[in-house]
Amino acid sequence: MSERAASVTPAEEQHDDHEETTADSREPGDEGGPDDEAEPTPVATGAEAVVRALENAGVEYAFGVQGGAIMPVYDALYDSDVYHVTMAHEQGASHAADAYGIVSGEPGVCLATSGPGATNLVTGIADADMDSDPMIALTGQVPTEFVGNDAFQETDTIGVTTPVTKDNTFSTDADRVGTDVSEAFALAREGRPGPTLVDLPKDVTNGETDREPDEPRVPDTYEVQERADSEIVAAAAERIENAARPIMLLGGGVIKGEASDVCREFAIEHEIPVVTTMPGLGSFPEDHELAMEMAGMHGTGYANMAITHCDTMIAVGTRFDDRLTGGIETFAPDAEVIHVDIDPAEISKNIHADYPLVGDAGTVVEQLAEAVETSPQATKWRAQCQQWKSDYSMAYDAPEDEPVRPEFVVEALDEATSDRAIVTTGVGQHQMWACQYWTFTEPRTWVSSHGLGAMGYGLPAAIGARLAADDDQEVVCVDGDGSFLMTMQGLSVAVRENLDITVVVLNNEYIGMVRQWQDAFFEGRHSASDYGWMPEFDKLAEAFGAQGYRIDDYDDVADTIADALAYDGPSVIDAHIDPQANVYPMVPSGGDNGQFALTEDQL
Amino acid sequence: MSGGLEGPPPEERPTPEGRRNKQGIRIDPEVEATHEPRRTVISALVEHEPGVLAEVSGLFSRRQFNIESLTVGPTTDDDRARITLVVEEPDPGIDQVKKQLRKLIPVISVRELEPDAMRRELALVKVDADRPDQVAAVADMYDAKTVDSSPETATFEVTGARQKIDAAIETFGQFGIREISRTGTTALARGTDETAGREPAAAVSSAETANQTTYTQTHTDD
Repeated sequence: MSERAASVTPAEEQHDDHEETTADSREPGDEGGPDDEAEPTPVATGAEAVVRALENAGVEYAFGVQGGAIMPVYDALYDSDVYHVTMAHEQGASHAADAYGIVSGEPGVCLATSGPGATNLVTGIADADMDSDPMIALTGQVPTEFVGNDAFQETDTIGVTTPVTKDNTFSTDADRVGTDVSEAFALAREGRPGPTLVDLPKDVTNGETDREPDEPRVPDTYEVQERADSEIVAAAAERIENAARPIMLLGGGVIKGEASDVCREFAIEHEIPVVTTMPGLGSFPEDHELAMEMAGMHGTGYANMAITHCDTMIAVGTRFDDRLTGGIETFAPDAEVIHVDIDPAEISKNIHADYPLVGDAGTVVEQLAEAVETSPQATKWRAQCQQWKSDYSMAYDAPEDEPVRPEFVVEALDEATSDRAIVTTGVGQHQMWACQYWTFTEPRTWVSSHGLGAMGYGLPAAIGARLAADDDQEVVCVDGDGSFLMTMQGLSVAVRENLDITVVVLNNEYIGMVRQWQDAFFEGRHSASDYGWMPEFDKLAEAFGAQGYRIDDYDDVADTIADALAYDGPSVIDAHIDPQANVYPMVPSGGDNGQFALTEDQL
Repeated sequence: MSGGLEGPPPEERPTPEGRRNKQGIRIDPEVEATHEPRRTVISALVEHEPGVLAEVSGLFSRRQFNIESLTVGPTTDDDRARITLVVEEPDPGIDQVKKQLRKLIPVISVRELEPDAMRRELALVKVDADRPDQVAAVADMYDAKTVDSSPETATFEVTGARQKIDAAIETFGQFGIREISRTGTTALARGTDETAGREPAAAVSSAETANQTTYTQTHTDD
């Protein structure tokens, strides 16, 4: 595949057929012959066993950066059908792999060398850990005999990554290393997904072996419960039937567990209003009457009212993060909680589960669907929810003669793209505007850094998402100026690989969310949040070989977005927005969800 | 400055009457459910491989579990080691400890021991030997064995439950303790009861979560 990478030079990037190039490169056997596919050559080294394990697991793409200790693996990749995307920075590699995992549902793969390569991956690994995204990281390590000697580019990668991985393994044996990778791949995917890491000392990958890796299989000590206890299901069903004010709270686990359809059917059949968490965006169509949209710190007023006043909460695949719950004491204080989660440790971790249902989201909601015989009598409650939707509408003013509202740009972008368009973001105000003003209708279309809140996530995530998405799905990155500046070197990758992505930088020349908090809580003292100056991102994009655009006025918005989306390759819109725009509603940290502020003076 | 939204302000909104406590449990105005910390012993059977102890101790510091002692040692099976933990947490915290331990891949099984489980600790106590007769009398009182003696010092080995060791150390204190070293608690279940068996982790946790339905009320078993 290195031949392919070389053949797609920036000079050729504007080919009309670049989409096909991308699509073609996914076909196994595209570069070798079909015979290679049928009869793989036996492995001879640990590194070849590593790559064979990836091939056996069906890996199509890997994201990484070369370096000394990982060179044997890259050498083995040279002959492989796994298409390697050379990233500009390892952080981008782990974010791209993470996003690939979110969109495809299969573990994304990232690689890096020892020492700085591995430590640069850590932000993306931690992100995948917080968001339970399937990912596998392969890191080079100094030869075993040097480990512990503070050798060149030596870091205790296992020690560094233990707190932020689902599991990690230090490989010690060329005969075993392929199976280590297979096992890590299986663990990343099975049960509650998460990142796994295999640390690969150079002597192990260089070591001779003829051992083919075993099939991807989780270790015997790892068991996942699929079905929930039927007695608790029956009790929960009875509670649902008798609920006066029921809601469903759908989290990211609904999407990861492919349970969106069954949850939708359940909510619609029993007419239960649906609130989502941020990672749960897309699990339920936001244009549906029952949709209350996102709850929590910057959730909609109506979602926060519904969550505060419900008497029965069917929470599926959520870990009750503090950004969702606000203060525990005031979170859904009247609700009996039915908590469905595949991870027993999430049950009653933050919010006590009255009905703990451990199991796969789809399976358990189906169990509930079978057990619930009559719908709750909640006509009045539904009317109340609709009333809240109108009381706390997300409408905003957009006077023509004032700076462009960020919400307007997000809505225009949503309008100009299909329902299956994928949105990635960085972290901050722009991310919240994307949550609030994009109408999500499909799972796996929202790709963001939720739990870790890693600025810089958006562009590398768009690269990973592009390669996982169908060709007819647009991939847009709604970014902030601060976030974009952190990982924008990834543009070089998007140009080299000729990826059709559209980045919209909501540029207010601030670390906007910090500026907003400083205005609210630090007497407006803008310590280290006011850039005051930003590069011209449109010109910078052009320097990379991408297409650059700029928005200054409302009149520019629709046309510029249309042009950027039509451009066949990476494009960047530098959208200069109202620098004073703030994100509301807002529940301050630890606050009462029902007391969300609609304006700064209500904080 | 800009970005405000319309709608009834906070003070005009209805508010629910209920509350939750800090552990996320709804407070029943009749029987307020609070969970006081209690001390308990948790035994875990783990893969005997490098890094497991670091993983377990890292988990405890990372999640701010209150741990009093941690011991580890081999078992009759060369591939298995036993970790014995003494933790002091409210019930929901103890539950989390068990569940988080089970999530670690090298952990095979986890069990909280019954209050009647056998618990033992060993301490080496080095005291000044100025009054050898009295020192010997105290040692005798606690079944302490003499491990080492010199003209200036005497070192004893005391074994027993934690309370006994605490008492022994306090009593030896009158002679002037130079140094002590304690092993932390190790424990086994009584009789045919298995301490941390080979049953799959998921099966245990499902039974335990089922029991949680009763947790809405005060739950103490110590």
